[in-house]
This record gives sequence, C-alpha cells and structure tokens, in this order.
Amino acid sequence: MTRFIPARETILGGAILVLLLLISSRFAGFVAPSNLANVFNDTAPLIILALGQMVVILTRCIDLSVAANLALTGMAVAMINVAMPGLPIPVIIAIAVLLGAVMGAINGVLVWKLAIPPIVVTLGTMTIFRGIIFLISDGKWVNSHEMSPAFTDFPRIVLLGLPVLSWAAIITIILFGIMMARTQFGRSIFAVGGNPHAAVYTGIDVGKTQFWAFVVSGALAGLTGYLWVSRFAVAYVDIAGGFELEVVAACVIGGISIAGGIGSVGGAVLGAIFLGVVKNALPVVNISPFWQLAISGSAILIAVAFNARAGRNKGRIILKEAEATQ
Amino acid sequence: MVSMDMITKTFPGVKALDEVKLDLYPGQVTALVGENGAGKSTTVKILTGIYQPNGGTIRIDDAPVSFASPNDAAKAGITAIHQETVLFDELSVAENIYIGHAPRTRFGLIDTAEMHRSAAKLLTDIGAPFSSHTQLRDLGIANKHLVAIARALSVDARVVIMDEPTAALSHKEIEELYELVETLKSQGKAILFISHKFDEIFRIADRYTVFRDGAFVGDGRINDISEGDLVTMMVGRSVDQIFPQSTHDVGDEVLKIVGYEHPTEFADINFTLKKGEILGFYGLVGAGRSEFMQALFGITKPSKGVCQVNGDIKVIRSPADAVSNGIVYVPEDRGKQGAIIGLPIFQNITLPSLGKTSRSGFLKLAEEFKLAREYSQRLDLRAASLDQDVGNLSGGNQQKVVIAKWLATQPQVIILDEPTKGIDIGSKAAVHEFMSELAAQGLSVIMVSSEIPEIIGMSDRVIVMRDGRIAAELTKDELSPETLVRHAAGITSDGAAA
Repeated sequence: MTRFIPARETILGGAILVLLLLISSRFAGFVAPSNLANVFNDTAPLIILALGQMVVILTRCIDLSVAANLALTGMAVAMINVAMPGLPIPVIIAIAVLLGAVMGAINGVLVWKLAIPPIVVTLGTMTIFRGIIFLISDGKWVNSHEMSPAFTDFPRIVLLGLPVLSWAAIITIILFGIMMARTQFGRSIFAVGGNPHAAVYTGIDVGKTQFWAFVVSGALAGLTGYLWVSRFAVAYVDIAGGFELEVVAACVIGGISIAGGIGSVGGAVLGAIFLGVVKNALPVVNISPFWQLAISGSAILIAVAFNARAGRNKGRIILKEAEATQ
Repeated sequence: MVSMDMITKTFPGVKALDEVKLDLYPGQVTALVGENGAGKSTTVKILTGIYQPNGGTIRIDDAPVSFASPNDAAKAGITAIHQETVLFDELSVAENIYIGHAPRTRFGLIDTAEMHRSAAKLLTDIGAPFSSHTQLRDLGIANKHLVAIARALSVDARVVIMDEPTAALSHKEIEELYELVETLKSQGKAILFISHKFDEIFRIADRYTVFRDGAFVGDGRINDISEGDLVTMMVGRSVDQIFPQSTHDVGDEVLKIVGYEHPTEFADINFTLKKGEILGFYGLVGAGRSEFMQALFGITKPSKGVCQVNGDIKVIRSPADAVSNGIVYVPEDRGKQGAIIGLPIFQNITLPSLGKTSRSGFLKLAEEFKLAREYSQRLDLRAASLDQDVGNLSGGNQQKVVIAKWLATQPQVIILDEPTKGIDIGSKAAVHEFMSELAAQGLSVIMVSSEIPEIIGMSDRVIVMRDGRIAAELTKDELSPETLVRHAAGITSDGAAA
C-alpha cells in the first residue's frame, strides 16, 4: 500500500493540521468533532468528484465536464422524481450513475476514437450538457416542494453517526483505494499516464484505458448529481457552476501530476479536504470569502511548485547519452 | 579551413569520440564515413556547438576556437543541414531563412520587405522554384532542404555540414542537390558530407575521413581509394569483444513470416525462425528493421502478410495479440518505450503478467513480488529493493527490468531491438551471455542490431535489410563484416554501387 500514503501526502496532511490549529486559535469550536464531521460532509461531493478526476488526470487527460454532468444528471433525476414520486431511491441512484457514466463514455469515445484533445472534448461537452439542462427544464427550477421527501431526505439519513452523504464519500475512497492498488485497471492507469509508449509495448490499450477513466469520472459525477440536488433540494441550470475547476484544484493540490502517471487516492482526498477546510473556516474566523479564492489559488501554485521540485529527478532519460554515440 | 584535432567526447559509460581528427578545406567536400555508432553525429554536434568536447582543439583558419553554444558556432560561420530539416512549418520561407537574424528597421522591428527581397535573391541563386512567401508547410522535403541551404547562405556560412541530406530525397532531387553542392563548392565553402551511400560519396566528395568506434581511422583524397578499401577501413577491426560460445541446438520452426508488406516502410519480408535460434537483423538506420518488428508485434499493421506461430496462422492486430501468441518485443528506446518510470521495479516487471498474479480480479501483491523476484534473480538485477523506482536504476539494469518483464510472460519468441545500445561493456557482455542462455533454454531470439561484432558474434543466422526489403540471408559461415556492409549498403560483389 505504499501508493496510498507516501511522503507527499504526509506533508499535505500536516499542512491541513497546521491550518486547523491556526483556525482553532481564533475559534476553538471549529475543531470540535461534530463541526469537523460537518466540514467533511460538506466536502464529500468534492472528494467524490476529485477521485474521478484523479483517474482521468493520471491517464494524461482532463475532464472539465464533471460539474455540467453533475448538473444534468441532477436535473434529470429531479424531474424523474417529480414525474414518478414513488420510484425508490436505489433506482434513482442507479439512473444517476448510469446517466453520468454515459456522459463520461461520450467524452471517452471522442478522446479514444477521434483522438480529440481531452481539454477540447470536455470543454465542448461541458457546454452541451449545460445546454441540454436548459432544453429539458425550459430553464425552470425544480424546487424542494416538488420533490418527494424520500428523495431529499436520503443524503441526510444518519448511519453510525454520519450522514449518508459522508458515507458515500468514504465508500468511494475505499473502493478507489482498492481499485488503484489492487486491480489491473488501476495499474494500467498508472502505466498509461507514466509512459504511454511503454504501455503500448506492454499490450495495454492506451485509448481504451482513457475511455474507462472518463466513464469512471462520469459515473461519479452522476452519483454526485443526485446527492447534490437532493441535499440542496433544488435543481436548476447553473448548479455547481465552475465547480469543475475546484475539482481539478483539489487534485493538483493533492499532488496528482497534471502530466499524468503520478498521484494517489490519499492525495486527491487530502487535496479536497484542504479546500473544504479553507472554504468552511474563513467565514467563521471573519475573513472575507473572497480571500478563499486567493488562498486556494496560492495553495495550487505552492503545491505545483513543490511537486515539480520533487519530480525533477524522476524520468531521467538514460538514453540521451547513448543517442549521442550514433 | 577548419580542423579538429585530438577531439575527445565522453558520456557516462561511453567514450563517443576518442582523440579524433577531422580537416575541412575551402571549396572541397569531405565525406565523413563510418558505421552506426562510429561517432559521426557526435562530431557534427561538437562542430555545431551542441556538445562541448572533453578534450582537443578546434581551429578555424589556424586560430583555436571554442563553441559554448550553437549560437557561437553559427557566428563562426558553421551551419548544418540535418537529415530531418529543423525548420518551422507554420512560417513562410523568408521567415524560416531569416529567423534569428532578420533585417531590422530603424525602430527595431523586423523589416519584412527587406527580408523578402534578400530571401528572394538567395532563392534565385540556388535555383529554388518557389517564392519567399510560400508557407514552409506546403513544400516537399527536397524544397525544405533548399530552404535550409538558403538559410545557411543567409548567415554567410563558411562551413556547411550535410548530415545524410539525401536520405529522404528522390533520384531527381538528389541530382539537384549535387548541383547545389557544386555551387557551394565554387563559392569556396567547406562542406562536410555525411552519408551511408557509397555511390554518393564517390560522386561528390573530394576527400574522405573514416571513423570507427569513435576513433579516427584514416583520411585522404577520394581518388586515391577504392570502394573496397573504404569498406575495409570502416569495418576492419581487431576483435576486442568475446562472445559466448553457442552450444545450443536449433529445433523446429516456431515462427514463419510470409509476404509481410507495409505501404511505405517495408515489403516482401519472408523468413522463418526456429526454436532456440538467434536470428540477427542487420541494416543501416532507416532500412526498415524496427518498422518491421513493430508490425510483427502488432503496433503498426502490415497491409499484407501472414504470420504463423508453430504452424498455425495467427492474426496479430495489437501488442496484446502478440503477447498472447508468445511474441514479445524489447524496444530500442527503453526510456521512451520500455520501462515505466514512476512505477516501482516489481510493478514494471509484472505489468504484462498481471493476469497471472491476480485472483478473481484482484492483484495479489505477494505473488507479484514472487514473480518479480524470480525473474530479477534470473537476470542478476542489482537493485536495493524491488519497491524502488525504475528511474533510479542504471541503463543496464533498466534493460534487465524490461527483459525480465517479458520473460515473466513466458514467451516463445523474444525480439530484442538494439539490446546493448548505450550500455557499458560489462553489461553488454552480461546481456550477450544471457541471450545465449535464453536460446539454450529453447527461446527463439530475434536480435536487431547495428553493431557488426554483436551481429557476427551472437547470431546463428543473419537477415540483412536494405530499403525495407531483405537484401540477404546469411548463415553463420557466410558472415563477415565486409559481406554485411556490402549487402546493407547495396554494393555488388564487383565493387560497384547498386
């Protein structure tokens, strides 16, 4: 399990602790277990999305459509709920995950079969997904009173002291831990991102691996779509607008190399938690929320600079010298 | 005009140039001749300031100079035209010619009008059939060479280096290039011409210099030497490497290739490979050996051809197909295509064998370590721990990791592309030793190599490729450096170039 919590993650974990200490010196109540649980619950959607994004970034791609995917699935399941209030929640969740996965698959096919750069593909689908929300909803909101109580209550149900929303994040973390460390798919993801040429020679289909990474990211965006809409009990065109950048930021802060191949589940989770703590703490210690942007931004730059230094000795190309003898 | 004397250049583990000398004269073409790995490219890189020599002196007009950067070399009037032209597709011809030294207006801006005027003049001088406004992207390779030459003239170069300039040109274009070389000669420029093709060398060179294994062998006037003697100078060497004695027996046919063909890279490839045999593939750079191997391994697709493994026809569409049919490929460029830097050693080794180390879809780390340990021990891999990043290993050990990775799949045929390129002599011997052990254990080996001693020392049989075709198939008894070079360069037995 060396990949789960290497040194880089320890440092990020330390940074989060220092941050918590600083905040508690201004406002002790912040670090009370119940409040920390709230912060975690609030960060759960970001954690789930960051894990999906991590898989995509590890394969040298990027998924900018996650927030739009979330909003579209959220709107779709909200409308389904309004039309068929009796539909059980597990079915709703299955629909959300499936719908999200299909949207991820669209990204994946475009990247795999048409070889369009991922940033262009997902920038395009991001806009298209938002447009579709407008088309299916006529730009109208689906409000809490239209949704069934079962629909809106589900993420709030408390199991063993934590709400379902938190459990969704925890289960995703565990599943991803296993997937990345203990399955062929997880290993292929690192191989594809670490050295696509070598992956090809090893018999790994690079495009196919990237396709599945997009499907995974899409499925998680779909799941989060339901959780988001039911938690806030509202669905409209612009929900989670711009959230994709926060998701990418969580990955980058968590040490996922934007060049692919390097990163860990622990890193992505800690990156998301770091942003969650900053976002929740600033209002309590009376710092303008606008500082939040500056702090997140600085954290990204520091994390990237730090990782660039750490990664400099990697990827030493031994054949540079040999080529010269030709 | 330019003379290099006692130039030495070492890279970690490799002595690329050992006290070589090279003289260039104004108005004359000097051909630099040598096998792959003789040090020709290193010499060009030193002359153009890309590398700095570890020892020796370069003199221009008897004054010692040193080039700290390519810029210094350019200022001294040395310019190179590379095999693949180093130009900018998205810029116009004039911009390409004058990039870096464009004429300026009074305000320091680029004087476009003046630039096009002088570019047009240069183009007329060399007889280029296109305008200075043409986008470089729209030109063919031959015309791109003309742009490169115009660029060389625009900086008022005194020394022009041509590194295999004809490699990608048609017959007619080559003739035009020769005329241009004559023009440059008449303008008093010193020309260094690097080529593998003997007919070219004898056609346009005035002088020759021969390097072998990074050392100077001889030089002189081209009229004073025959083709045969030049070949002997290139390849004649003392046997300084000892190869393992092959004691293994060759068994039944394992692989049979019939009529492999690719639209551009190779055609009409037929051969068989027997169990426990080491089949060498020799040829010059660009002969299509690696391209064929990639097709055999399913990375590129041949347009025609049949592949039989143990007598059964197999369709290989992807590397995964090749691996499952027992064919594996250890590529030449390990940095780019072999080891996955960032993954630990054991994960690199088990990557293609993950099916074997997993139970019901989950990887068993203990089994992975066991498999990795088994093969790293067989290869005598030296690493502190199998958990270590591959990137921290030496070249020889990285090579072992890549080979271990493939052996772990228990293949029948292993293709080794330049297996000892860029590794030190000690590791080379270990790789050779190991290769003959593999063959003795019944594995069939295809070895692509440009090193003549390696080809002769290791192979049971050798296929020589030239221009994408099989030029000759030689048994062990027929092997000699001269025959290999003759077939690879297309020189027929009477000494004339084919």
